[in-house]
This record gives sequence, C-alpha cells and structure tokens, in this order.
Amino acid sequence: MMSLNRRTTAAGVALAAGALLLTACSSDPEAETDDGDGSATPDATVELRVATFPPGADAAAYEAFAAQEAQFEADNPGIDVIGVEYEWTGPTFAVQLAGGSLPDVFTVPFTDSKTLLENGQLMDVTAEVEELGYADSFNPIILDGVQDADGSIYGFPRQAYAMGLHYNRSLFEEAGLDPDNPPATWDEVREAADAIAEATGKAGYAQMAIYNTGGWQLTAQTVARGGRTQVENGDGTYTSTINNPGTKATLEFLHALRFEDDSFGYKYDLDWGTINQEFAAGNIGMYTSGSDVYTALVRDFGMNADDYGLTVLPLEGEDPGTLGGGDIAVVSPTVDDATKAAAVKWIDWYYMQKLLNEDAAVADAQVLAESDQAVGTPVLPVLSRELYEESLVWIEDYVNVPVDQMAPFTDRIWDQTPVGEPKGKTQEIYALLDPIVQAVLTDENADIDALLTQADTEAQALLDQ
Amino acid sequence: MTTTPARASALQKPAPRRRGPRTWVRGGGLTTLAFALPMILVFTIFSWWPIVRSVVMSVQETNLIDPPTFVGLDNFVAVLNDPLLGTAVLNTLYFAALALVLGFPIPILMAVLMSEVRRGKGIYSALAYLPVVVPPVVAVLLWKVFYDASPDGVFNTMLGWVGIAPQPWLQSPDMAMPSLVIEATWAAAGGSIIIYLAALLSVPAELYDAAEVDGASIWRKAWHVTVPQLRGVIFVMLILQILATAQIFLEPFLFTGGGPNNATVTVLLLIYRYAFQNSLGGNYGMATALSVMLAIFLALLSWAYFRLTHRWSTS
Repeated sequence: MMSLNRRTTAAGVALAAGALLLTACSSDPEAETDDGDGSATPDATVELRVATFPPGADAAAYEAFAAQEAQFEADNPGIDVIGVEYEWTGPTFAVQLAGGSLPDVFTVPFTDSKTLLENGQLMDVTAEVEELGYADSFNPIILDGVQDADGSIYGFPRQAYAMGLHYNRSLFEEAGLDPDNPPATWDEVREAADAIAEATGKAGYAQMAIYNTGGWQLTAQTVARGGRTQVENGDGTYTSTINNPGTKATLEFLHALRFEDDSFGYKYDLDWGTINQEFAAGNIGMYTSGSDVYTALVRDFGMNADDYGLTVLPLEGEDPGTLGGGDIAVVSPTVDDATKAAAVKWIDWYYMQKLLNEDAAVADAQVLAESDQAVGTPVLPVLSRELYEESLVWIEDYVNVPVDQMAPFTDRIWDQTPVGEPKGKTQEIYALLDPIVQAVLTDENADIDALLTQADTEAQALLDQ
Repeated sequence: MTTTPARASALQKPAPRRRGPRTWVRGGGLTTLAFALPMILVFTIFSWWPIVRSVVMSVQETNLIDPPTFVGLDNFVAVLNDPLLGTAVLNTLYFAALALVLGFPIPILMAVLMSEVRRGKGIYSALAYLPVVVPPVVAVLLWKVFYDASPDGVFNTMLGWVGIAPQPWLQSPDMAMPSLVIEATWAAAGGSIIIYLAALLSVPAELYDAAEVDGASIWRKAWHVTVPQLRGVIFVMLILQILATAQIFLEPFLFTGGGPNNATVTVLLLIYRYAFQNSLGGNYGMATALSVMLAIFLALLSWAYFRLTHRWSTS
C-alpha cells in the first residue's frame, strides 16, 4: 500500500500537471506584446489585425502584402498592422465573432452584408465615410447594399461585379459555334448548350444549386428575365414576389435543358467553388456567375486562359436588369474607438485609394502583376464609371487578363441596368429557393407552379417575422 | 463469558467507519481527486459548461455582440413552426431505419464469418477496419467521386459491366439517402466488426463443440449460440447506432448539402443551418433550441431502451 507521503507527492504531481495544462490553455495572446518586464506598453501603437488572403494563397501574394504593410506603417507610425489569414464564410464568421478572433478589418460579400446588418453585426462607419468624402461618390446601387433603413453606412464597398455568362471557347469551337459571337438570348443559350452537349458529351450549360447559391442564381436569372423575387414596401417591410413570370421562365428553362435536351450534364449539386472547378476543368460549356471569377478560375483552378470567354447575361421581358454584387470592407463590431480610427485609415489606404489615385492604382497593379495575380478582370465601378474607366488607362500596362475574350461583356455591360440583391432575409430566402432549383433538375414531373406558390408563402412568412 | 448487548452487537456488525476528511485523505481520496481533477476541469470547461450555455441560449436571442435578451420559449415555437422540421425528422428516421436494416446486421454477419476463418484472420480484420482509418471527410469526398452520376462514374461503370443503366446516386431525391447510408455503413462497419469479433472470443468454445455434437449447422450455431451470447454487446451497439444515426450530419453536409429538394436534410443539418448558414450566426437561439429538443428526445429514448432491454441483457 502506498504511504501517505508518496500519495501526497503523486497528488502534487498530478495537480501541477493539471495546472500546467490549464496555463497552456489559457495563455494570453496579449502577453506576447508585453515589453519584457511583464507590463504592457502604456502608450503602445494601435495594433490593427487586418484580413489578408484566404488560406492557401501563394507566397508572392504575402510578399506583396508585406511591402504594402511596411509602406502603410511608415506613413502611419501609430499603427502596427498585423496581417491575418482570412476567408469569408458564414460559419467561421459567427465562430470568430463569438470567440473574439475576428480581424479588425475584413471583407464581406454584398450578398451577406444585409443579413449581418439586420443582425447588428457590423460597425457603423457613417461618420467616417462622410468625413473621407465618399458618401456622395459611391455608386448609389452599391452603397444601398451597405445601408440600413435609416441610411447609416456600415462599410466601404471596395469592388463590385455584375452577373455574367461565362463560356468555354474551346467547347464552343468543338461544337461548331463561334466563340466571338456568344449567345445573346436565352433561346440561343439553350441551342448552344444542346450543340455543345451533342458534340462533346460535356454539360452544355450548368447552374449552381446548393448552399444558397441555387437561390442566388435563380434570383439573378429572374432579374435578367424582368422579374423580381421581392419588392420593398417603403416602410421597412417586404412583399415576396417569388411567384412571377421571370422565375417561372427560369425554372422552365432549366427543366427543358435537363429533361428535354439532356444538355445539363449530370451534376445538380454544384456551388460556387465546385462549378468553377468543373468549368475550369473543361466539363461545362456555359454557366452564370459574377463577372470577376476569372481570377479564381485561372489562379485557383488552373484554367487555361485561352479557353475563357465572358459575355453579358441575356436580358428579356419588361424592366430586366443584371444582378450585381461585390465585396465591402468592414470594421469588426467589437473594436474600440482607437482601433476603429486606425481601421478606417487602413481601409482608405489599402482598398479605396487605388480606386481614386493614379499612383496607388499603378502601385497596386504592379504588385499584383509581378506576383502573377490577375489584373484587369471586369468589374463594376464602386465609384463613378468615369473614374473606373480612367483607372483602366492608368493600369493598362499591367493588365494581364485576356481582355479580347471578355469584350462581349465589357462592350455591353454599360447598356444593362444593375439591380441590387433582394434585401429582406436575403440568405434565408436563397436557402428556400435552393430546393426548387434542385427539384426542377432532378424531378421530371416537378410542378413548377406549386413549387413557386409554396416558396412564396414560406418566403412571406420569413419576411413577416 | 457473557457480553453486554452493546458489545455483542458491535461484534456482530462492525461499527460504520467514520468518513471524516482525514479518513478520506488516508484512503487515497486526495490522490483520486488530483488525478481526476484535470479531466473534471476539461469536461467542465469543454463539455458540461457548453451544454449548460446551450440550454440557456435556447431561451435567449443573441447576435453575439449585444447582451442576449430572454425570449422564453419563442425559439422552441419558431423551430416547431418551421415547415422543414417535419422533413428533417422524417429524413433522419429514414436514415436511421435504412442504417439499421443495412448497417446493423452486416457487421455481425461479417464478424461471425470472420471468426470462422482459420487462416489470415488478421488480414481480414485489418481490411475490415481500414475504412475507419480513412478520415471521414476524405472518405466522403472519395465516395462522391465514386457516385459520379455520369456513365463514366466509378459505380456506373461497374453497373455497366453487368448491363445495369447508370444511376443518378446523389443526384436524385429517391436515391440520395440510400447512397448516403451505403457510405456510412462502409465507413462505420469496421469498428463494429472489431467489437463483435472481440465479443465472439468470449463465447466458450464448449458451447460450439456441444452444438456441433448435436449436429447443428453453421446457421443454427450462429442463431442459438452466438447471438444469445452476444446479446449484451448487440444491445449496446444498437443503442449506440441509434444515437449516432439520429445525429447524422457529416454525410448529408458533405455529400448533398441537404438536397436534392431537401431529400437529405437531417435534424443536425437543420441545426447547422439555423446557426450558421442562413442567418450567419443570428439564429443561435433556434439552433440551440432544436439541439436541446434532440438531446432530451435521445436521453428519453436511451432510458426507455435500457428499461426495455434490461431483462434480456446478460448484464
């Protein structure tokens, strides 16, 4: 039998081990910034944690960022910028917010900003935007995406896109189609899809359908056919109009490609990432997505740039438009005033100046081009069209994307009316629409009218909450 | 010699030992506590406290920034009014039923067959256990490739060899759930087989010898000797499987995202959607409310199950 002494020693060792474990678990990140004698520097510079790139970005991108960071810190001695790997996803946002590890400055897509706004999860930067003089400069449709009902502004729109029709030029050629003359109506899209499927055995046309992207694309094509999925009543309430001719025509189009023409391929469970992957691999003839996906297609999925083609979405019906979207730079809702001020300085310097200032634009384009990042991907101006077109002249020496292959888009996009995403319960209603897209793609006998009526009722119930 | 009644009683029954603090320390209580303390702390911080917080959160509304507000049973009412809840519950039951029909007997059968093998038992065990070693996410992504619905897909090519037309697998509302169950069974069978194999070793060989002398076939030996001897393990494995299938998440999340047409939305996937996907962290209340309901249901189910099977169990 163990003596009391030995038992006490064993207990002591176990307790010490436990204490050590807990100390390790609770090590304070602040401790790393201590100045050596255990106390934090009293008038320390503001530490600003800013979002950089998604995990997996190449070393060149980080080197480029380090150079910009050093330059900013030289201009702003009171701010210590710390780059943090960051990728926007709903789940990680919530967890980082709850855990207090959200960067102080990060970006959010327009499509999610309304939801965050409704939840009160973004910092109000109205005063700062006004002070910098941007309030009247932003494209109003884009600014609308970051404003609440009272007109308060919750972020800086930094880049925007319009929905486009992306197509594979090689598959077009294989199918005997002219890649310089892409489809201009939805009927022509259907014919081209049929020809591609017939000639190549690949999916002539594909569409996203899961993780809310089905609802997103259905909404985009509804707008392109002159429909809207909801209307604002002007008093902060919304009426669901999902059961409209544009949405119905879109669903009938998808159903016809899948079951009548057999030109849709075999994948009805694609999302933003996987459809890009399939398209980059040459398995899809056409699909719709934001006009700025070229960078992801070539940089992340290894697409051959020569195969890439981009045109505008065909518009039909009364009052059609092209759904826009983009990114906004926002400040974490939990930071103190000093950090907020530093954050706004960083956003202005890092994201906004290159839209306004020739030197900043050229420096940015140069850094990107030297690290083989795409320069010149078609976007929508977040400020004025004139400024955007001027900025393209500033950076023309660095443009490295196949501009000619994007001409069908860039030549015609200005004729299209940009339309913002639905504001009420955006993501929840997209989620509601996903199964409808899936139903018409997987059930030959899907009753489109019944599906739309049900979705309309459910969407209205959400909007009335 | 006579004894006083008190002494007699003391002799007959030793006086209860006083469990004072000193006795407790002398008895090794401190050491026990010290060794258990790290575990107790870890469990408290990472398991029990979050459970308590979940229950609290289920009656609150929070955006993770402002102080939460108490909303009573609103979250529970909202969950119960969600038209998707019924679909999710039915889908989960369907998954559980399919997994029970397919996934429960196969490991027992495999274990019995493998225990009959005379040579190379280790190789068979290793092969059976191999899928468990593959990380679940990798396994699902691999199977996603196998389930490719085009005629060139791995499984469709194999079906083509025997003249069966290509199947839509994950791309059809009717086939998606069975496809998920097949993968889940493949992934989990190895672990169950190993447990059954170990349990089979404890069955006395004499019973088989006696059955053999009586002229019993393999089938009769399995039914009349093996199954009764394994019933304790079988009952535990059954409830573990029911609990696991009720919480199925990985497969529908990674394979189908709940589609097509909500055919694979399960209760846990719905919880995930409430918390993260649709409202970006704005609906933790509903998510935790449904979690609490699921936990209570499973706790009651387990209790009822053990009450019912107590008499039949060997233990």
